Amino acid sequence: MGGPLLNRSRYIFSMAAVSAVALTTQLPGAAAQNGAQPPDTIAARVLGCAPCHGKEGEGTQDVYFPRLAGKPAGYLFNQLEAFRVGRRKYPPMNYLLEFQRPDYLRTMAEYFAGLRPPLPEPEPSVVSADLLKHGETLVTRGDYQRNIPACTSCHGQSLTGIEPGIPGLVGLRSKYISAQIGAFRYGTRSAPEPDCMQLVAARLTEQDVTAVAAWLASRPAPANLSPAAKGSYALPFACGSEPQ
Amino acid sequence: MMVLRSASLMIAIAIVAASVAPARAQSNVSTAPDIVHRGEYLARAGDCIACHTAPEGKLFAGGRAMPTPFGTLYSTNITPDPQTGIGNWTADQFYQMMHTGRSPDQGLLYPAMPFPSYTKVTREDSDAIYAYLKTVPPVRQQNRQHDLRFPYNNRALIIGWRTLFFNEGEYKPNAQQSAEWNRGAYLVEGLGHCGMCHTPINALGGSSESQAFQGGLIPMQNWYAPSLTNNKEAGLGDWSIKDIVDLLRTGISARGAVYGPMAEVVYNSLQYLTPEDTRAMAVYLKSIGQGSPPPKVTSNIPRTEGRLLLSLGKTVYDQHCASCHGKNGEGMPPNYPPLAHNQSIEMESAVNAIRMVLNGGYPPGTDANPKPYGMPPFGQTLSDDEVAAVVTYIRVTWGNRGVPVSAADANRLRSAPLD
Repeated sequence: MGGPLLNRSRYIFSMAAVSAVALTTQLPGAAAQNGAQPPDTIAARVLGCAPCHGKEGEGTQDVYFPRLAGKPAGYLFNQLEAFRVGRRKYPPMNYLLEFQRPDYLRTMAEYFAGLRPPLPEPEPSVVSADLLKHGETLVTRGDYQRNIPACTSCHGQSLTGIEPGIPGLVGLRSKYISAQIGAFRYGTRSAPEPDCMQLVAARLTEQDVTAVAAWLASRPAPANLSPAAKGSYALPFACGSEPQ
Repeated sequence: MMVLRSASLMIAIAIVAASVAPARAQSNVSTAPDIVHRGEYLARAGDCIACHTAPEGKLFAGGRAMPTPFGTLYSTNITPDPQTGIGNWTADQFYQMMHTGRSPDQGLLYPAMPFPSYTKVTREDSDAIYAYLKTVPPVRQQNRQHDLRFPYNNRALIIGWRTLFFNEGEYKPNAQQSAEWNRGAYLVEGLGHCGMCHTPINALGGSSESQAFQGGLIPMQNWYAPSLTNNKEAGLGDWSIKDIVDLLRTGISARGAVYGPMAEVVYNSLQYLTPEDTRAMAVYLKSIGQGSPPPKVTSNIPRTEGRLLLSLGKTVYDQHCASCHGKNGEGMPPNYPPLAHNQSIEMESAVNAIRMVLNGGYPPGTDANPKPYGMPPFGQTLSDDEVAAVVTYIRVTWGNRGVPVSAADANRLRSAPLD
């Protein structure tokens, strides 16, 4: 870090010198270049994410923008990369990431993966008790008859995800969860083959999705927010984004 | 009318056919490693990759959709695959395409291919690019049919367009200027095809030479490509050479940063140029920037409304913007651009300033700035009134000489395409 930092300050000083010569009193900007610089940290560099995802990736009031903090770095990187190349389509994200280098995206992913801000309060449920119960069953046991695995079989017993590529589902709002399951179903969100979430999402009915999303969003925070270690579980089937 | 057009098409083809020299044997083009290497460099300078490689697609295999006001064009396969790419082209045919905008079968290229700029490229440079393209992995991928609306799907219309807007001819050095200036002009006007965006485009999709580099709204993208000749826009006449070089090479500078379509150009092309070439471009760009004041711009926003905008604008600015851009718009250059006396904020078109507030943006990742600082999007936190107010505030405060913008202006740009 010493090298680039040194270069940076040289850069700034030479810039200030050039500006002082080239730009006359007309420019107040030149005077300010004597020092004030943003902190040389990743936190400062990713403040562009804050209005939608929160300063620490904790999420915001907007129920469609997900929490990033504590999700496995591999998962976050896969998403950033998918937005960069346009495989995952959400124009505001595609636009922000289009001209960033994969190394930088990796750094961003690791930064948010390492944060542990508290989870939001569980979402008060607006669905019936029966539907909530149905959601709990699908999440924790799946539906053997319909070949639907339990969410917990991949996303972890405590639903905090598994390193390196499977995201936690805690701390997400029901609207975001159902929008994403819908996106997998209709192909606007996809992952490297075999696209396991696409397979699962295709087997769910509208009612299943509502039930699963409502129950997940109503969960209280687990004691440990960290994802389970790599290889903690044998996945029920092969998943392109989680190398076994 | 149709008859006339077909007749002129035939005449044009006949003339061209007569004037094209018989194809030279391909062996005449050197494929020595240093030539191929230079060709790769020149292909970077021409930013071929930006259009001829689709997202997640194979290098130079084409297929990228390019929306235009006339319909969607799809870029072509320029890999050396003999069936679907340009594997069977001779160097003569490649030069003819670059120089005249005609493919080997004498078909007329749509001017989405910047042949009106590439015509300035020397034969030697064209041959080097040709030699390089011969070495990239061949990809078998059929070109996709263009999807143009009537009447634009009639290729004969290109003849009329060419008559109005195309001047064929290699770059002619200006003996009054230095070798460095001429090198810069060659790159900016030729391979760099900067005029494609930075020259106003009329309803026919043409840009006239007399208005070269005067700036214009990029069709379909709704970004404003500022004038390169007017110092009140992106004219670089009162910038230092160092600041211009920084902007082109690193994407950020003491005077401002690049976002949107220009971030693409820096990311894919300009950052790879040699320091000498970047400097040459800077020297040329600085020379064409003129200090003449722009025509007086007047606002149609009533004075009282303007005052209201301004006071709301200050509130929004202090709350959301001042922590990075400073109480007096001084910024923390080069990472947080200054807003005071920033031409891209003062200029007549407020499109870019409004879009930056709505969508935010990251300058491109470059060797010199691999982890850029980013501007957050405020589209979902600020109302149209607040966006208009804060943009008005930064356009008229600290001695900035822009004019107020309205909530309707802000609202219109919420639907501007982002990809």
